[in-house]
Amino acid sequence: MAIELVIGAVKALVVLLLVLNVTGSMLWFERKGAALIQDRIGANRAAIFGVGRRMGLPNLGLINTLIADPIKLFTKEDFVPAGADRVLHSLAPFLALFPVLVTFAVVPIGDVLRIGSRTITLQAANLPAAALYVLAVLGVGVYGVALGGWASNNRWALLGGIRASAQMISYEMAMGLAILAVVVTYGTVDLQTICRMQGGVWFGWLPRWGIVLQPVSFILLLVAGIAESKRVPFDLPEGESELVAGYFTEYSGGKQAVFMMTDFAEVVLVSVLITLFFFGGWQVPWLYADGFHFPGPHGAFLALPNYAVAILQIIAFWVKTLFFCLLQILVRWTLPRLRYDQLMGLGWKGLLPLGLLNLVVTAFVVVAVGGR
Amino acid sequence: MPLWLFAFFAIIAVVSALGVILQRHPVHCLLALALALLDIGALFIGLGAEALGFLQIIIYVGAIMVLFLFVIWLLNLQREGLATERIGLKVIGTLAAAALGAELCALLVHAGPAPAAPLPVDYGSLRSLARLLFANYLVAFEVTSALLLAAMVGAIGLARRIPGTNAVAAPPSDVADRLRSAAG
Repeated sequence: MAIELVIGAVKALVVLLLVLNVTGSMLWFERKGAALIQDRIGANRAAIFGVGRRMGLPNLGLINTLIADPIKLFTKEDFVPAGADRVLHSLAPFLALFPVLVTFAVVPIGDVLRIGSRTITLQAANLPAAALYVLAVLGVGVYGVALGGWASNNRWALLGGIRASAQMISYEMAMGLAILAVVVTYGTVDLQTICRMQGGVWFGWLPRWGIVLQPVSFILLLVAGIAESKRVPFDLPEGESELVAGYFTEYSGGKQAVFMMTDFAEVVLVSVLITLFFFGGWQVPWLYADGFHFPGPHGAFLALPNYAVAILQIIAFWVKTLFFCLLQILVRWTLPRLRYDQLMGLGWKGLLPLGLLNLVVTAFVVVAVGGR
Repeated sequence: MPLWLFAFFAIIAVVSALGVILQRHPVHCLLALALALLDIGALFIGLGAEALGFLQIIIYVGAIMVLFLFVIWLLNLQREGLATERIGLKVIGTLAAAALGAELCALLVHAGPAPAAPLPVDYGSLRSLARLLFANYLVAFEVTSALLLAAMVGAIGLARRIPGTNAVAAPPSDVADRLRSAAG
């Protein structure tokens, strides 16, 4: 009993630390990636006693983004405007961040790890209704931004909060429909089972990833996910040319940093969901529980012990996730912002009918093929 | 669900429900209501009705309460002053609350012990819930959907702006025509 608790706590801690580290490094990728795209150099000033320069290393801005900026943000004055709802103003950033972080609890980052006679599932919380849990927790995330905008006692902030909640509710529909189509395809709401069902190959070489079965859902989830994380081209809630900074206009210091971190954590979450549903999750192509079975006429085989397989799966999961994080950064620095009517038109007249159609077609195909 | 966990969620449910009626600002009341609904979802999940609990959180906390928040903002409801209610409302409200309380007490007194048999394997899963909705109670479910759809079409027909003008309000005789044209 006690050892089960320890294993559970370690799993939860490992997943949380992995997520926080990826989220933190996203900040660096964002700044340097933006600089690369805009033909600038980007953050390259802060250094610790010039150690790197004396050793002839280029300054990559790591100290800027990962040490100097967080210290600066968390030591700044934490300002609360007059007439604001003090409790809700302080609570709102954490109401925004908390749901995003707890969603990762049900994300499987690998299959199973065997230590001695013990089999450990590489998933912090083994929930049978995990896909429903993801949707429920994402829905609760609206409150943070909505209340942050309202509690600030500022018109721009309130407008930003209203825009943010309207946008998140609208695109949650498309997101839910995309996830539903995947759930109907695999016939389960258990994320670990969905990942396991994406193992194996078609035609002897093509990995059985969800993207082959549900390409429309993939596009829906990607677009709706970027809209959920409120980033360009869907960043109307914080459109600086109209609303100063939208719902976090009146936030400074640590609380503003928490809102920023929520944005990046949402980017990671969307990438994790895309990886899970459409790119095999922790599946490595041609890697099975006993090792690699390479395709080809002779079918080379490379036996691997269980721990090596588990490590490869965890690495594969985060490499795929990081790829989609970088794709979202690329999108953010490439596309211009939409107009508000275009945003709502895309959500309700574009993605929603497409999602419904995709779900109906999926249901027909599943019944016709599987006879369930 | 262990007893201490149930007690924890039950206390939160009662406290947040009291918060709904005891607070003065509509936004605070709404947040307390959202917390109460979230908490009841957690109780559902803990008692084995997993799918139902998550659906409750998705629909009530994630969508309906946010719409309530919109309404409060759009109507610009402010902190409610003291002693503005009429005395008749208070009397009726007290009587209704007393009747409900008496009913709950009667139910609690007459409730038998919890069934000792273990729950079926599939209990509360999405599969069993879907079987109930789409097989056993299909007609009732579809009729409810049609009713909600009709209400939605009606609301849009009432709120739609007249083309070319900026007017929203329409004379009552006109509403039926426009509803008919919207439906057909």
